[in-house]
Amino acid sequence: MSMKLSTRQVDGVTIVDCSGRITLGEGSVTLRDTVRDLLSKGNKKIVLNLAEVNYIDSSGIGELVSAFTTTKNQGGELKLLHLTKKVHDLLQITKLYTVFDVKDDETAAVKSFK
Amino acid sequence: MEQQVSYTLDSTLDTVDHAEESATRIATELGFGEDEVMQISMAVREGAVNAVLHGNQYAPDKKVILAFERTPEDLVITIRDQGKGIDLNGIPNPLAPENLLKTSGRGIFLMRSFMDVVEIRPSQTGTEVKLIKHVHGSSVGNKEGSQ
Repeated sequence: MSMKLSTRQVDGVTIVDCSGRITLGEGSVTLRDTVRDLLSKGNKKIVLNLAEVNYIDSSGIGELVSAFTTTKNQGGELKLLHLTKKVHDLLQITKLYTVFDVKDDETAAVKSFK
Repeated sequence: MEQQVSYTLDSTLDTVDHAEESATRIATELGFGEDEVMQISMAVREGAVNAVLHGNQYAPDKKVILAFERTPEDLVITIRDQGKGIDLNGIPNPLAPENLLKTSGRGIFLMRSFMDVVEIRPSQTGTEVKLIKHVHGSSVGNKEGSQ
């Protein structure tokens, strides 16, 4: 299953609902393009909802890191929401879990932006 | 699965998906548990990515050879490319603080995290990666019972 993304606005925060696989190729490119497009339009408060992401490889992890640093470098914030166990475990073993701001409640995630 | 099966594959992203799917199917057939199947398939995917991208660099005249072998103790997976050979000394530790925010360089680390043995043999005619998962453990009963 390829990756699908949709965006919605909640109190000035852009929620990106992701589903499928974030892997080398199409999935990674789709995520990259979406985040860059959001930033170019001034949407700098971004939450990636990964509840429906069932697979991610090292390229996908790299893409999450890229999205995080690109957003930060442009003065924004990017947070992760609803990690599946697989993604959670991957971020743990790569020591990225503490790098990202990870939330498990959407309302709390939205309110956490400054 | 036969005792040994091998594939000669093009240097494309389809090969990466094929390698992952084959690993998932074979590991499942051998009775590995769900988590172990995921680990094996992800390790194979990472190995295939390295072979296609970094080894063969998508060259149409270069192939990736993927082999699965079942021994009494192990599932042995070999991924061989026809590139220039990886420089093992040039692989940074992705867990080092200065590397945490790098966008690449985690493939071999993930392979080593998920497999029991990872052997990487570079040469001037390509790199061979051997991934080994022991079949003893919680899934052995299922495996032996299914044969």
